[in-house]
Amino acid sequence: MTTAQRTAVRAVGTGHVRVEGRDKVTGAARYAGDVPFAELGYGWLVLSTVARGRIRDIASGPVLEMPGVLAVLDHRSAPRLETDYVGLLGIRPDPTCAVFQHDTVPHLGWPVALVVAQTPEQAREAAESLAVEYETLPHDIAFDGDRPDARPADGIMPAVTDKGDLAAELAASAHVVDEEYTTPEEHHHPMEPHAATARWEDGRLEVVDSNQGAAWVVGELANLFRLDPGSVRVRSEHVGGGFGSKGVRAHQVAAVMAATVLRRPVRVALTRPQMFALAGHRSPTVQRVRLGADADGRLRALDHRSVSRTGTHYEFVEPGAGVARVMYDADAHHTENRVVRLDVPSPTFMRAPGEAPGAFALESALDELAEKCGIDPIDLRLRNEPATGPVSGLPFAPRNLRACFEEGARRFGWARRDPRPGVRREGRWLLGTGTAAASFPAGAAPSTAAVTAEADGRFTVRTAAADIGTGARTALTLVAADALGVAPERVTVRIGDSAFGFAMIAGGSMGTRSWSMAVMAAAGELRERLAPGMDIPAEGITVRSDTTARLAALTAVERHSYGAQFAEVAVDPATGEVRVRRMLGIFAAGRIVNPLTARGQFTGGMIWGISMALHEEALRDPAFGGPVGADLAGYHVATHADVPRVEADWVDDTDPDDPVGIKGIGEVGIVGAAAAIANAVWHATGVRHRSLPIRPDRVLTAGSDA
Amino acid sequence: MALPTSSVITLHINGEKHTLPVDHRTTLLDALRERLDLTGTKKGCDQGQCGACTVLADGRRTVACLQLAVAAEGREITTIEGVADGGRLHPVQQAFLDLDGYQCGYCTPGQICSAIGMLAEHAAGWPSAASGDVRPAAAAAPLTAEEIRERMSGNLCRCSAYTSIVEAVARAAGADAATAAAVVPAQSGEAVA
Ligand code: FES
Ligand code: FES
Repeated sequence: MTTAQRTAVRAVGTGHVRVEGRDKVTGAARYAGDVPFAELGYGWLVLSTVARGRIRDIASGPVLEMPGVLAVLDHRSAPRLETDYVGLLGIRPDPTCAVFQHDTVPHLGWPVALVVAQTPEQAREAAESLAVEYETLPHDIAFDGDRPDARPADGIMPAVTDKGDLAAELAASAHVVDEEYTTPEEHHHPMEPHAATARWEDGRLEVVDSNQGAAWVVGELANLFRLDPGSVRVRSEHVGGGFGSKGVRAHQVAAVMAATVLRRPVRVALTRPQMFALAGHRSPTVQRVRLGADADGRLRALDHRSVSRTGTHYEFVEPGAGVARVMYDADAHHTENRVVRLDVPSPTFMRAPGEAPGAFALESALDELAEKCGIDPIDLRLRNEPATGPVSGLPFAPRNLRACFEEGARRFGWARRDPRPGVRREGRWLLGTGTAAASFPAGAAPSTAAVTAEADGRFTVRTAAADIGTGARTALTLVAADALGVAPERVTVRIGDSAFGFAMIAGGSMGTRSWSMAVMAAAGELRERLAPGMDIPAEGITVRSDTTARLAALTAVERHSYGAQFAEVAVDPATGEVRVRRMLGIFAAGRIVNPLTARGQFTGGMIWGISMALHEEALRDPAFGGPVGADLAGYHVATHADVPRVEADWVDDTDPDDPVGIKGIGEVGIVGAAAAIANAVWHATGVRHRSLPIRPDRVLTAGSDA
Repeated sequence: MALPTSSVITLHINGEKHTLPVDHRTTLLDALRERLDLTGTKKGCDQGQCGACTVLADGRRTVACLQLAVAAEGREITTIEGVADGGRLHPVQQAFLDLDGYQCGYCTPGQICSAIGMLAEHAAGWPSAASGDVRPAAAAAPLTAEEIRERMSGNLCRCSAYTSIVEAVARAAGADAATAAAVVPAQSGEAVA
């Protein structure tokens, strides 16, 4: 047929229900563990019960005799893996994923064996019956900010930045804040536990998985198993949340091993308690912030030092001190991330890594400085808006933080706020309001996409993007529709399949921005190729794009999303209960592709802030080395009753120099949210809470030890 | 003699009869997902702590992971696959779709089944911890946002789509104007002075 009429209406910027929404509300959407396989073997991981030691023996014999058991894999029987490589994201593999390669146990919950059986019941009973004998070694999980073995570490950014004379500027300051802030170990806990099914067919490995980047997982599996990446296909059509935890983890590798050994499909799913050890987590942090300012609030000195924790087997740095490198300048400016290696599982990226805990400390300290200077906290921030990148010296792409605060203050009713703490009461509740700033980098990474004009007049977009709940599939439909100049109903977007080529992962708030760039490029070129009335052959006309060169040509600037967070809380001084009554977040985050889903991304992040401020905390027992109450009853995440009215909106954030104009919005919503709540708790009670979460016992005992 | 470890049972699901042999250890959740290919019901924790596996048993919400399949015999089970009326979505499903009452969608079948069960509980006059007057003679508490949040708190949503889930449930309930206004305020601004 011929190409049809084009539409002039823009799809981007108007609300669209999710293209896969009907499947999600009817239960038809198949997540990784929902895809049926004939002859499926069920794998169940066995995790170490000691926090440090050596495996002496695994009594697999009796377990192999149990009904339905097909195999027991451990370090004596598992295929060998290659671990000496650098993956697509520029990081080395987490040794936790290279399962069953040696007898060393570096932390509680280390995978020591996989039991495969014909049914889940058989697999579980067999796994729980497997006797593992350990030589136990003493472990050390005692984390604090004073450990002499904490050392500066780079991770995703340089460990240390330093300019000016800190001591001199602090001494010359009219007001100084010098405080320590702590955040606990936190876990992602997407509602869908990690699950992967692996199978070999005609010499090709196929994995049906739940991940944040199918092409990324292919790269890791190909490296680990020494396979040609072209012979590995990973599909991940629907993903039940990720938040940074869904990369390559032990379960995919174990499933591939078992499928290889057994020559049948094998599924390995993590249980909720296993996720505490194997899904990654956010390290606890101990942060010291020193701010020195003139009487008018202008910063002379800023010092932010953050210590985080990693495993002995793997280094991941939670860069809490990074956020000050973008947000505030000072004559003397020092930031430093250090890490200490202990006998704990691998931490990893978790929603706004670095920014989330870092902004809690820094934005709390700013509030303390505002109090000392007698300046409104919003004013204080706006007085310290930097002209150029405080560390990089680079110019800012539009930095619309001021607009966020102005709009937010107006809508929240900030002008009517009495700054005095502890003076508002409503029955048994003390009331207060607080604010904080948010930012998150707007990065992009090379991606490829293919756009096909089909013979029936429709268009198909293929890119290995992942929709982990962000609405990416719908967003890309709108982006492609506009680039093609057609209605979104004529566009089908296919994602979550490594067969579509390399694409950036859904992470770092870079996914939708990176994929959009590739889709726009291919769709734009296709549109030019299609003359009106032109005949489309049966196989369609396909244009492919690769954004590598375009991204390399971008000028370096400080490009970020920003936000202003507002919270109102009620605190019961008799019970220590803190209730968030309302939250408002105003963001500057580029062009908002789909307002309907974007609102959920922002408010979802803000509610993570409520959860971080008040609920989430994995406490490790020093004796056994693991988290106490490792399940969703012991690890509290916010539920309906914890969540009040939470509103998010945005200001215009146009960037004429940016070829995409779209920024990621998955992370900026959590940044600063916990600080806004903590600042509101101070405003309600007059007591500062510098340790998260703000538990009832902390509220009740606050001030008694100070 | 060893006792049998499996039985042939008949389950009534979404108006259909399924006769199958099950291992006695099989939960209703695993029977649905692994044996009957009804994978709309999700496994979020397998230990009764998240609500992702919520189904309706004789119209009442229950977590399928804490119920053995053999114990579900004789009950009428409704899963997410059975709540729509043919091609027409249930009002709760339609409201979730229209108001974006989800993100990843994994908690969604449980939220929807839970909401359907909860609305029936509310209509039957059951009070909740958010209801002011819980005496049997008291009039049914209006279905405020507060009530919805309290009654839905057994269903975790880690994407934290809570605000739009509550809006969707309120809309589906055919909430009167006052309730809708309480759930979806037009403007914020009544700050604490
Ligand atoms: S899976 Fe049943 S409550 Fe979580
Ligand atoms: S929509 Fe993802 S957990 Fe609720």
